Amino acid sequence: MPAYYLEALTVTLGIILLMAETFCSCKNKAWVGVAGAIGLTLILGLTFFAIGPDAKPTAVWATWPLWNFYQFDGLAKFYKLFSLTATILVLLLAVDYRTILARFTEVPDSEAGTGEFYTLPIFACAGMMWLASAKDLAGAFVALELVTVTFYILVAYLRRNVGSLEAGVKYLILGALSTGFLVYGIAWVYGTIGTMQLAAIPAAIGHLQSTTPLLFGVALVIVGLAFKIGAVPMQVWIPDVYQGAPTPTTAFLSVGSKAAGFILTIRFLEPFLASEATRAPVVALLLIMACATLLYGNLAAIPQTNFKRLLAYSSIAHAGFLILALAAAKSETAFSQGSTKVVSFYLATYLIMTMGVFFILSQVRIQRDGEEISDFNGLGKTNPTLALALTTLLAALAGVPLTAGFIGKFFVFSLAVEAGLWWGVAIAFIAAAAGFYYYFGVIRAMWWKAPAQESAIILPCISKLCIGGLTLAVVLIGFWPQPIWALLK
Amino acid sequence: MLAILVFLPIAAFLAILFGAPARLTALAAAAVNLALGLYAVFTWQCACWSFSLPVLEKPAMNLAFGFTDGMSVIMVLLSVIVTLAAVLSGKAPEGREKLYFGSSLLISAGALGAFAATDLFFFYAFHELALVPTFLMIGMLGRGDRRDAAWKITIYLGLGSVILLAGLVWLANLAGTYDIPTMLNAAKSGALKIDPVAQKSIAALLIVGFGTLVSLFPFHSWAAPAYASAPAPVAMLHAGVLKKFGLYGLLRLAIPLVPEGLQAWLTPLLVLLLGNILWVGWVTISQKRLDRMLGNSSVMHMGYIFLAIAALIAFPENPLARSAAIVLMFAHGISIALLFSLADRIERSTGTLDLQELGGLAKAAPKLAFLFGIGAMASIGLPGLANFSGEILVFLAAFKSYNGSSGLGPVQITCILSIWGVVISAVYMLRAYRSIFQGPAVKATESARDISFFGRIPAVLLIVALFAVGLYPNLLLNLLNKF
Repeated sequence: MPAYYLEALTVTLGIILLMAETFCSCKNKAWVGVAGAIGLTLILGLTFFAIGPDAKPTAVWATWPLWNFYQFDGLAKFYKLFSLTATILVLLLAVDYRTILARFTEVPDSEAGTGEFYTLPIFACAGMMWLASAKDLAGAFVALELVTVTFYILVAYLRRNVGSLEAGVKYLILGALSTGFLVYGIAWVYGTIGTMQLAAIPAAIGHLQSTTPLLFGVALVIVGLAFKIGAVPMQVWIPDVYQGAPTPTTAFLSVGSKAAGFILTIRFLEPFLASEATRAPVVALLLIMACATLLYGNLAAIPQTNFKRLLAYSSIAHAGFLILALAAAKSETAFSQGSTKVVSFYLATYLIMTMGVFFILSQVRIQRDGEEISDFNGLGKTNPTLALALTTLLAALAGVPLTAGFIGKFFVFSLAVEAGLWWGVAIAFIAAAAGFYYYFGVIRAMWWKAPAQESAIILPCISKLCIGGLTLAVVLIGFWPQPIWALLK
Repeated sequence: MLAILVFLPIAAFLAILFGAPARLTALAAAAVNLALGLYAVFTWQCACWSFSLPVLEKPAMNLAFGFTDGMSVIMVLLSVIVTLAAVLSGKAPEGREKLYFGSSLLISAGALGAFAATDLFFFYAFHELALVPTFLMIGMLGRGDRRDAAWKITIYLGLGSVILLAGLVWLANLAGTYDIPTMLNAAKSGALKIDPVAQKSIAALLIVGFGTLVSLFPFHSWAAPAYASAPAPVAMLHAGVLKKFGLYGLLRLAIPLVPEGLQAWLTPLLVLLLGNILWVGWVTISQKRLDRMLGNSSVMHMGYIFLAIAALIAFPENPLARSAAIVLMFAHGISIALLFSLADRIERSTGTLDLQELGGLAKAAPKLAFLFGIGAMASIGLPGLANFSGEILVFLAAFKSYNGSSGLGPVQITCILSIWGVVISAVYMLRAYRSIFQGPAVKATESARDISFFGRIPAVLLIVALFAVGLYPNLLLNLLNKF
């Protein structure tokens, strides 16, 4: 099956669900989310059977000009799987979040007008999947905009909630700004080397008399991408938007949108890191970004009292580790995995940990009616098993060994040490230590403080399964990371 | 089979989590582990003990356990003995049995995993695994200002581990493998040559990292408050077993792999260890509560083990220093566990650990007084008990490199100064003993109950180990001389 079927199927699924939801008179909209999740699971299964033109050069479709701006390699497959998994989890999260959605509709407590909330992520997913296959800057830009425009709606979805609206406006303005940077940067790159094809760039760089205009363009593109991945200097939107957006959207932003940004960054930087003329300045730029992001994310997270906002800073912090791995710019050797694979692995573990935390957060939000850290007080007394799960997930985010999070960090540190980025290593260690402090602050609240209300939180069926599964995965991958590496082959 | 030893406590923890009777399950697991540990002492050279499960292809990483040499056997033995004693002597607060015994088992599993691991990654990871329940237990079930203590230990040890991780990652990158035996063989055969500048930096990271975990002066201030407020099994397991991880790591990795780097830091290390022995010793004398005094004394005694390590650094061919460090690690682990366990008994029967509120307890509780007396004597280093064998070996080791023509070297001078530590520990231990057990009975001790038969079992178990090694140290030394 040609790989582009996957995107086509995803978009089709989205349109069918959108139509069905529009013409269905049913009051309850949860089925849209469930149907979407099931549909995407089927597509997830099909991904393993997708092939590129190299696998079957004789087929008619293999000669189509489409393959000039669409590729299907191991990395593309991995990020398609990643986007699909993230979207499935987000849809399931949205299903359990529907009581909050219903609170802000025209007629409170009815689900009228909440159906699109389940279909929009599917379109964003199609955009992310396309990004994973991008081999040309124009195509990548269009795919990225498909993702971003969908997110504009998703962030401001609770339009009767001031926080959500404010988040929407901030996201829109800064998003537009970053798009401007991105397009302007692409224009400079195209202007200096005359091609949009990423694969053609290394050859073109050789003919340049001066790389300065090209590097200017690259820097602009990186700034534009920094918005997507949540890195300094485009990180200011993250705390406010994360806090204001509906929780499923926040989860999607912090996992899906970030991963989409990273795959594009990886693809975009690859030719520039490969050619000698541009490598050193690009690495320097990335290193500065990594250090600034690590410091900003981790230090600003320390005084936070709102858990969702804390997760926003933590998302910036993790972006810092990821960029540090990119800055190491190592290709694969006999002893170690290269930067690309380490980043992908880290993102996969980040998906598992973060989604688990968001599932728990959304239930606390619904049943304790708050997202402050103090709303988690005494969870260890009222819901010991849930508290144990959250402890595991947070410990993983902090990077406690024998959890998935540690392995990701471990590889990042190894890469940075190998590449001799001593400044980055030193700052990353400070950052990791600060991470321990603020994640353990939440664990402390759960176990050491008295609960405000004695009633236990009752988990809906889907949340229970997802939290259990994700927590188990965090521990299992902490011992046995091979399955994710196998997917990356 | 080592995998069984490590995963049995984890399995028991899970069983407890899902509703098995907490104390009974923990006891059973600890008893089986003790039996396995004793069996290992006789058969550790058998290949059947090693276990390896590949978890990652590139870089090659294995969930691997094995006895690299006699040192691992001794540390595993120490862990299983103290675990059983800790589980036996623990008394969980009403309704918190699951947490109490489950956490104790996890700490034990972490320590066993760290001592048995032959893969650098899991060596580090298992130790960290043990730290999380330690923090939680101190914070939730501790005494006094438990939250401050728990927070302090979290931050200190978290930071220490992170620094340590930097050193280990660097080491693994230079060695090109995570397999510890491969690394050691490469260093022995000369295939792995780390350049002196890198050695110096790695050695600094390892000394500070491992040192924080072992409460090396001046990174020690987490220890006394943490032990003072920790529930008895946690104090026993951490001070007795888990803390030895740092020393074990220095002996296992730092000394063979970065010898030149360590040599550059020898003088600072000697000064710091004197800080442990003399400064912390001085602090210990002035303590007014038994639990804080024991916590400080355990910090102080680390100084002697560091002295043995320093002697080994100064004179790598030193035949005694390594054995001395290991015997003393074992002896200290057992004796401090014994003291913490008995301190808990004293608190349970009198309701206080304040030295000024106690007195004349020997009348009401003669058996407790006798057992505590043995523990105190062991801690001072009375001949016949294990600590004496350890300490005397340390002092001898420090003089092994003595050269008559050039006079006293820095190690010897440090050794002479640190012998004063023996006097210091005699002062605080005997004073504590006097003010708790002797003199007229006071309100708190009048109606105190003596230690029961079941309460005596863990103490006797530990005391037997102390006497066995004290009277016949070859029990351990023979293990170390076999390869």
